[in-house]
Formats: sequence, structure tokens, C-alpha cells
Amino acid sequence: MKVLTLNFLTCAVKACKSSTSSFPLHPKECELVSDSIVPNPALLTNILPRVDWSALITISTELGFPTLPPTAPTIEELQSDEKMMAELHTLLLETQISEGSLVCGNCGHEYKIKEGIANFLLPNHLV
Amino acid sequence: MSRPEDTLPPDLHYNDTEARKYTTSSRIQNIQASMTHRALELLSLPSPSLILDIGCGSGLSGEILSSIPPSDGGPHIWVGMDISASMLDIALQRDVEGDLMLADIGQGVPFRAGSFDAAVSISAIQWLCNAESTEVSSSGRLTRFFNGLYVSLKRGGRAVCQFYPKNDQQRTMISGAAIKAGFGAGILEDDPGTKNAKLYLVLTVGGAAVDGATGDITGVVKGMDDVDVLDARRKHREKGRREVKKGSKAWILGKKEQMERKGKVVKNSSKYTGRKRKITF
Repeated sequence: MKVLTLNFLTCAVKACKSSTSSFPLHPKECELVSDSIVPNPALLTNILPRVDWSALITISTELGFPTLPPTAPTIEELQSDEKMMAELHTLLLETQISEGSLVCGNCGHEYKIKEGIANFLLPNHLV
Repeated sequence: MSRPEDTLPPDLHYNDTEARKYTTSSRIQNIQASMTHRALELLSLPSPSLILDIGCGSGLSGEILSSIPPSDGGPHIWVGMDISASMLDIALQRDVEGDLMLADIGQGVPFRAGSFDAAVSISAIQWLCNAESTEVSSSGRLTRFFNGLYVSLKRGGRAVCQFYPKNDQQRTMISGAAIKAGFGAGILEDDPGTKNAKLYLVLTVGGAAVDGATGDITGVVKGMDDVDVLDARRKHREKGRREVKKGSKAWILGKKEQMERKGKVVKNSSKYTGRKRKITF
């Protein structure tokens, strides 16, 4: 599962919908793999405004990556800075979680990840 | 032809053998490919986007999403949800590019507000009409799905869901649930009246009018050849109009629903919602 996807996922439990701590999900004991993907600057500039930057900082520190700048780069900054573009491409798209689990900060529910596939099936009483 | 929907729930029907049969059949591959291309045509995405593939199965439709050439606005990246573990296993073996999730779409779509540019779903949402246990109802599953989908799409986003309804009742149930969730909904029918008729539910979020075309399906199909538009909306709108008193319980519930659709944090409703507090002395 890409770090980009993790930046969009929230807890699926019904009671967590009304809580702000259900996003982002916290990675726990994760194994990471790197998958080479062809860089696509148009895609990154399209997606950047929708990435929750503070959540991305939380996720990347929890996964043990070097710290990101405190504010998101603007689209113009990103387009002029090739190094930043390459780093974001590596972090968001090429870094993938293969094994481990995601924990909700509100209810503590653990979503297991196996072979890169997260299991979001819930028992009926939580839906 | 028998309908697999009538026999077993999807997670049990698509076991290892069925999933393999489904994925290796060249006939199904061709049909899925043509339907995915049609859905992409309806989405008309100008630049590389993030797409949600609902009921992605073994990634037959996802493969097409990631193989769109840059001249046509691709390649897109996608996130796939499916309930069948066997199907996802085959997708892993085929090494598809998108992210996969094992999830029941009838339990909602667990993404934050405004995540995706678009959503596609090929031959999946008719499964929502079946409720496997007494704890869940088909209407409840449809509502949760469409509410979740509405929130997770960005404003101005579109979703195209190709589906096989069993009868007219299922068709109305599905499109009704989509409209209730706030979508601008319309149904496009390819090859009507034949055995190969295919239905596409075209959903739009936030009817922003762009250069003369309206934000709903009539705007989507504008400029396409061989499309007849049958508009049955005016009748429906007049029937649904009703005065709601400001501050009443219905008004509060309506407002909460509206805010929830925008992705705001809303407190759960209960029987106490909208009641007056007791005067203490």
C-alpha cells in the first residue's frame, strides 16, 4: 500500500466518523518495500493540493523517514524544484507498506496489511 | 443466463476457482475492457488522476486505468476495493499497479473527504442489493456505500458505475440511493433493448456548470453521438417539494445530513436530537 493511499484512509468504524483523531491511521510494525514507478509530474501537481500535509509529516516520522518541511510546497515551488519533486515521488508513490498494521487513533482498531493488501472488513456491530 | 448474485454472497462466490475462471476468460476480459473504456470516456479526465476502483476484482479494469497513454490524460493511479480475497490474490499474481484493499463496499468507503478525482465500478454494485444476514439490509448497504462515495469524491468529481440490475425495481433502488446521497445521477444505456444492454450509472458531485453544459449527466453526454436524452426529472422534483419549518427536528436532521455530505464532523443523531431542554426552574 502506497504512502499516498495511507494519507487518504480513515477508520471505517461508524463511531469514529465523528472524531477527528480517526485520521490519519498510524502505521505499526510495518515492513516497507520500494517499487520503482515511472515519475509523473502532472499527477503529483494534481494530487498535491489534496494531500494532508500535517498527516503526511506524522506518517513519515512514524515510518522513520527524515523530517519534511513544516508547510506543503506550492505547485509553483514544486514545479521549479526537481529535487523536491523526486523526493515526493519516492515518498508518496514508490514507498509501499507490504506487511504490518494500521491503528486508528480513536478506537484503537487494527487493520492488518498482508502482501500490501489492507483488510478493512469489519464485524457488523461496528458498521 | 443464471445470475451469480442469486446464489451466493460475493466473497463466497468468487472463490479460487471462480476467480481464476473469471480472470482468464477472454470473453469476460473483452467485455470488461470495453466497459472500462466507455466509463473512462464518460469520466473524461484531462490529466493523470487518482481513481477509486470499486469492486476491482482481479484488476482487469485497473490495468486499463494505468495503461492510458499520456496523450489521453493518463496514466492514472488507482486504489481498488474488493470483498473477495481470491480475486485480490489473482490481482497480486498478475502484479497490477494500483493499491488493493480487502473491504466490503456495503460497509462504507473509508476515505477522507475529497480524496478522489473520480471513481469507476464495473459490474459490482448490483451485489449491494443482496443482504446476506438479517443484521444488514440492502437499502442500508446502498445508503452507506453512496454516502461514503459522495464524501470521498472531490467537488466536481464524477463516478461511473456499470451494473447489472436484476429488474427495474433494483435499478430504481440503486439510482434512488445515489440521488438521496446527494449525487446528480443519470443512467446511460448502451445497446438498449438487446440482450447485451449495459447500464452505466453516471454520478456527479456538485453540479458546477462548465461552459454552458450543466453539471449532471446531460452535461456529461453533451457532444457524444448517438445518445438520446430522456429527462424525467421535473415531475419528480415537484412531488418532493415540502415546507420544513426552520428549527424543527426534520430541519436539524436535514442540516446534519448536508454537513455530513460535506465531510464535516457531525454528532450522531438520536431520539433526543432537536428536543427542547427542560426548563430547570
